[in-house]
Amino acid sequence: MNNTEQKSCPLAPIGIAVNNISVIYKNAHKAISDISFDIPCGSITALVGINGSGKSTLFKAIMGFVPCYQGQVEIMGFPVKKALKLNHVAYVPQNEDVDWNFPVLVEDVVMMGRYGHMNMLRIASQTDKDAVDQALTRVSMQDYKQRQIGELSGGQRKRVFLARALAQASNVILLDEPFTGVDVTTEEQIIRLLKELAQEGKVILVSTHNLGSVPEFCDNVILINKTLLAYGKTSDVFTTDNLQKAFGGVLRRFVLSAESLHADADAREVTVITDDERPVVLYGEKGLEQLASGSGLKPPSNTPIKVRKES
Amino acid sequence: MFEFNALITTLLLPFQFVFMQQAFIVVFILSLPMAILSCYIVLKGWSLMGDAIAHAVLPGVVLAYMLAIPLSIGAFAAGLCCALTTGFIKENSRLREDTIMGIVFSAMFAIGIILFHKAETELHLTHLLLGDILGISLASMIETSLIGLFVLAVMVIRGRDLLLLIFDPQQAQITGISIKFWHYAFQVLLALTIVAALQAVGMILSIALLIAPGACALLVTKRFATMLKISVAVAMSSSVLGVYASFYIDSAPAATIVLFMSFIFILLFIYKTNQQRILLHQRKTAKFSLVDNKVSL
Ligand SMILES: Nc1ncnc2c1ncn2[C@@H]1O[C@H](COP(=O)(O)OP(=O)(O)OP(=O)(O)O)[C@@H](O)[C@H]1O
Ligand SMILES: [Mg+2]
Repeated sequence: MNNTEQKSCPLAPIGIAVNNISVIYKNAHKAISDISFDIPCGSITALVGINGSGKSTLFKAIMGFVPCYQGQVEIMGFPVKKALKLNHVAYVPQNEDVDWNFPVLVEDVVMMGRYGHMNMLRIASQTDKDAVDQALTRVSMQDYKQRQIGELSGGQRKRVFLARALAQASNVILLDEPFTGVDVTTEEQIIRLLKELAQEGKVILVSTHNLGSVPEFCDNVILINKTLLAYGKTSDVFTTDNLQKAFGGVLRRFVLSAESLHADADAREVTVITDDERPVVLYGEKGLEQLASGSGLKPPSNTPIKVRKES
Repeated sequence: MFEFNALITTLLLPFQFVFMQQAFIVVFILSLPMAILSCYIVLKGWSLMGDAIAHAVLPGVVLAYMLAIPLSIGAFAAGLCCALTTGFIKENSRLREDTIMGIVFSAMFAIGIILFHKAETELHLTHLLLGDILGISLASMIETSLIGLFVLAVMVIRGRDLLLLIFDPQQAQITGISIKFWHYAFQVLLALTIVAALQAVGMILSIALLIAPGACALLVTKRFATMLKISVAVAMSSSVLGVYASFYIDSAPAATIVLFMSFIFILLFIYKTNQQRILLHQRKTAKFSLVDNKVSL
């Protein structure tokens, strides 16, 4: 019924509209406040911030899992509840806190993503089965179809939940730190997958600590620390100043200044900023740095940089 | 030839009495919804909730008797009251659910006992506690069947939603399934089933029928669909066998049913552990031979 017009979304160019939301937890802790942004369809947006900056909270607020005491969220032009009913949202949680001894196989879990496409009895059609197979193939888990979910490694579990989100074929896909605990090959595979999905017109919001890979695949970046610090095109937002603002002293930052690089009077310097895994590399004169990938310097993709020198 | 006929007659003897026929029909009808519900209860970890509701019906039954309203309505109201009170206290305190349930249901049970002795009733406490399947009335049989059918229908139609909710509440919410609705609906189904089983197996043993089949099934399978089938098979076979055997050994039918279930549980447990040991042994020897091969190369 509702899967015919899910290929693209010409009617609602804005996928997620967040308007001035604030969340206060039961223990009176104010996790996020006054956050607003609009995410267009057909784009990937990174959500970046330190631990406890409210990334997971923002995801939960978008889906209505935690109440916002202020502000509204619209998904594909609908209020959240309606959007969920219409199967517009898929979600890959940061920690899947499920009972791993549950008597369900990998394919059963992925099939749960298809419930929104089924009738009241939730009986799987051939289309549903095909979608499950396809999703499992896309994350290279087709050989594990018949495994009980507890019999998988951490990264494999993560991929199963990713497959479930894919099988759901929703317009909006929310991924909370999908790269933690997966190997580099899988990470690149997921990135390729997300790019494909964005091209199909999906709205993708992904939180990550891998700052280095953000410029590689994200069109937009949201920087938060309890409130919105910056939002915009990756090239505009991903600046030393903004990152410094978002991470404060938490980031490891190495600057390789001109003297240590070469002998001539070139004022440009290499700045390596790393939160956790992959670092961001900025290159240029002070205040004019650009993302290294844009300035011809390839970002070090897989190998962690070992620079001990600080300016 | 004559001896053979005599044997057949003896074996078929239980089926010739109306009270036995009724008993067979009732346990057969009851075991289906109970077996299915049992899978969900075991997975949800709500065994104690079932036990709590079952004990808490006592004051409801006695009060209903005093007010001259149908006992099942009183029982249902009291069972639900126990579940809701537990939920309310949980929301407003930091105590664990099992602790709260322990307090709530024992308090209600105590009230029930006191009321029972204060009120001059014609009810038999043992019948309430342990069931009275052989003395079941036609009205109670119809009531039991209707409730059983209703629970069965709900489980067949919406069971998958409930399963998703138990497995992954967040994904259920994403799919548009209401957590709140199902939280209460599950408790209502549980209370209804216990009320339906009250006359047949009594308060104390109804919980066994709501846990044992699912537990037996979960021992041996990794798939939910298979779990449902095994659970139904266990419940049906032990119900019918239990009633049948009780005729010959002159025991309480409900207790005999539970005994059969426990017996099946033990058998399955031994089977499973043995199978695992054999599998492990095979793996280990296989690995050693692999190493041997390498050495010989
Ligand atoms: N259920 C909760 N009750 C109360 N406070 C909470 C709850 N969940 C999170 N918080 C608090 O809200 C803040 C934001 O938490 P959140 O999980 O959104 O952070 P995050 O940005 O996702 O962090 P991480 O990078 O570690 O995943 C934290 O300070 C946290 O302590
Ligand atoms: Mg988080």
